[in-house]
Amino acid sequence: MNNRSLILPLLAPLLLLGLAFGWLLQSNTLNIFDSSAPPAEELTFETVYLDADGIHMKMRAGGSEPMVIAQIQVDSAYWKFTQTPAGPIPRMSSAWVNIPFPWVRDDAIALTVVTNSGTTFEHEIEVATPVRGGLSGSLRAQTLLGAYVGILPVLIGLMFFPLLRRLAGPGMQFVLSITLGMLVFLLIDLIGEAIEAAHESAAAFQGTTMVLIVAGAVFLVLIGIGRRHGTPSGLALATYIALGIGLHNLGEGLAIGAAQATGAAGLGAFLIIGFTLHNVTEGIAIAAPLVRTKPTLLIFAALAILAGAPAIIGIWLGAQAVAPQWTTLAFAVGAGAILQVLFEVAAYIMRQRSDDKGGTDWAIIAGILVGLIVMYVTGLAIKV
Amino acid sequence: MLLKININQTMKKYIQKAVARRDLLKGGATLATGTIAGWLGGTRKAWAASHSDEQSMQPKMQHDHSGMITVGDVDSSFNGFDPSELLTDWDSGVVTTNAQGETIRTFKITAEDREIEIAPGVTFPAWTYNGRVPGPTLRATEGDILRIVFNNHGSHPHSLHFHGIHGASMDGMAGSGLIDPGDEFTYEFKARPFGCHLYHCHAFPLRAHMHKGMYGAFIIDPDPSKHPEHEDVAKSRLRGSPENTNWQELVMVMNGFDTNFDGENEFYAVNTVAHHYMKHPIRIERDRPVRIYLINATEFDPINSFHLHANFFDYYDHGTTLTPTLKTVDTIMQCQAQRGILEFSFKDFETGKYMFHAHQSEFTELGWIANFDVVEGGI
Repeated sequence: MNNRSLILPLLAPLLLLGLAFGWLLQSNTLNIFDSSAPPAEELTFETVYLDADGIHMKMRAGGSEPMVIAQIQVDSAYWKFTQTPAGPIPRMSSAWVNIPFPWVRDDAIALTVVTNSGTTFEHEIEVATPVRGGLSGSLRAQTLLGAYVGILPVLIGLMFFPLLRRLAGPGMQFVLSITLGMLVFLLIDLIGEAIEAAHESAAAFQGTTMVLIVAGAVFLVLIGIGRRHGTPSGLALATYIALGIGLHNLGEGLAIGAAQATGAAGLGAFLIIGFTLHNVTEGIAIAAPLVRTKPTLLIFAALAILAGAPAIIGIWLGAQAVAPQWTTLAFAVGAGAILQVLFEVAAYIMRQRSDDKGGTDWAIIAGILVGLIVMYVTGLAIKV
Repeated sequence: MLLKININQTMKKYIQKAVARRDLLKGGATLATGTIAGWLGGTRKAWAASHSDEQSMQPKMQHDHSGMITVGDVDSSFNGFDPSELLTDWDSGVVTTNAQGETIRTFKITAEDREIEIAPGVTFPAWTYNGRVPGPTLRATEGDILRIVFNNHGSHPHSLHFHGIHGASMDGMAGSGLIDPGDEFTYEFKARPFGCHLYHCHAFPLRAHMHKGMYGAFIIDPDPSKHPEHEDVAKSRLRGSPENTNWQELVMVMNGFDTNFDGENEFYAVNTVAHHYMKHPIRIERDRPVRIYLINATEFDPINSFHLHANFFDYYDHGTTLTPTLKTVDTIMQCQAQRGILEFSFKDFETGKYMFHAHQSEFTELGWIANFDVVEGGI
């Protein structure tokens, strides 16, 4: 088939599509949809933070027409504000708004944006806390906190390695199944977080769909990479688990950082302990596939950093009050990575099992249940 | 034992923090850094430094609340009316005299749908009388015969319902002047009682027709010849009389607008435009007395109020008496459709800005706040 014979079959449908659009734009035939009803309006508060200059917020427009911010109420009072760039905000675009409001630390602040049609969009700052500017000062503390909830517990979990080595047969199956149960829990948790963040982002991003598509795509790509030299096991599998858990910890870090940035929730000592306990179990999950190998201490350290350090990055980013669509994306990537690990660990367990005769394997069932329950119970302490 | 006490104290501390809704992260981070402090030495100090950084983050404009106002200004040419001019825009009608020598005043009022700008950049699909909100300020003298020719050019049935004395057939209800779009009706009755009144549309649902902007002031000046006991007061109220010319008379209709259909007003004002008289203070000549015809046409809120700064006034509820119903007050309240006359003077005062506003802070902060600019002048 030469090139010419391809052109016509390609052009014909495109030409018809072009004609259809042309007809729609030229004629008034479909003007029944062009009613006099006011245009659909959509404004999303993407990022809100407080500093010495007052309130700063990044507004993203999602309406059928450019959005005009006419006035802004702070706690039911109109306040002067400046908008950059000024003027109507085109669909999908965003603008920064600054309100020189003399906010009071620890107060709740209700923001109401009034558009040119008088439609209102509301946002609540639950606890007024300063962010930017103060951030550089607390960077060190944030890093320490991230290391404490991310790297340290994974290291502690990895220290169970000698114990895991002494296990054999059903005992090992049990421990691997605990890992499986934990990963299932993390997947559910992460997809939940991702969809929650998706609801906060502008509708045009189609957050929920984006979560599933990104998670699916990451899963497929990681499976492809992971299996290019055959099914992963041993150190390779442990590395993928560490990567998946690392992405999950990035999400946890974002949540901690965002809690600090927005003051949406406090993190007391119990919460820190909860995170740490929760993440110790993640260390065990990483150690499990390594039992038949002889990893060096350096490898353990590298795995702990791979799984734990993203928590630090997460806290940094979260404290910068990242726009919700990026949080959604990060969570979705994490979910895809967890899904890949889940898949590979399950495959690993099944391979181990293939020598057996079949029938119910209570070690696996019990392991999965224990994994789920441990994650749920340690999770009780950290849900805010 | 010692350890136990320590833990309890620590827990107590954190619980207190939780109750105070403090930034708990700080507590958590202190714990984390404190635990690791042994390794890294001096971390606590670093945290303390960053902590004091945060303290200094309190906004610097703590005492500058001048930003509490809407941004920009309303385009009066778009609206076709200017709240500064509405204050003194009296419609006395076309005056004729009948065979009995009675004064006949003929007014023309047309209902029309119109988009108006109620705050800078915020438009409102109003229903108006003569294209403005509030509608024209009708002014007559006690005993005049009033003819109000009403045309409905709007998209819904409307009426004029006067708060005054009239017969059942002139009440602005179905069968008494509630007319369909395109129709015309002439209301006719005698102007009484004297006072500060209002008219509004009485089509149902009443709340919608009121809130859309269909209301206006209806002022009946007393006829001095009928009130020999207070002739001077009556003369001072009678528009156009020599005793009246020295008064600085203003009409103010308190109103509000619910722009997002939640049954609560997003904007409050006198004469429609939020913050207008903050941006364009009302000029008052210091030595001339002030009389305000104040009407409450606010929908959704049962009560509105008026508070004058640094001065006191006499108040005539409904304006139907020639002696004050309240003497020497600085705040009055009015329920929906209540109205009255305020009289005061800035004579011997310092010149400068004198504020007045609703004393419901919510209304104040949503636009019902204004300034007099008292300047030297007068007698």
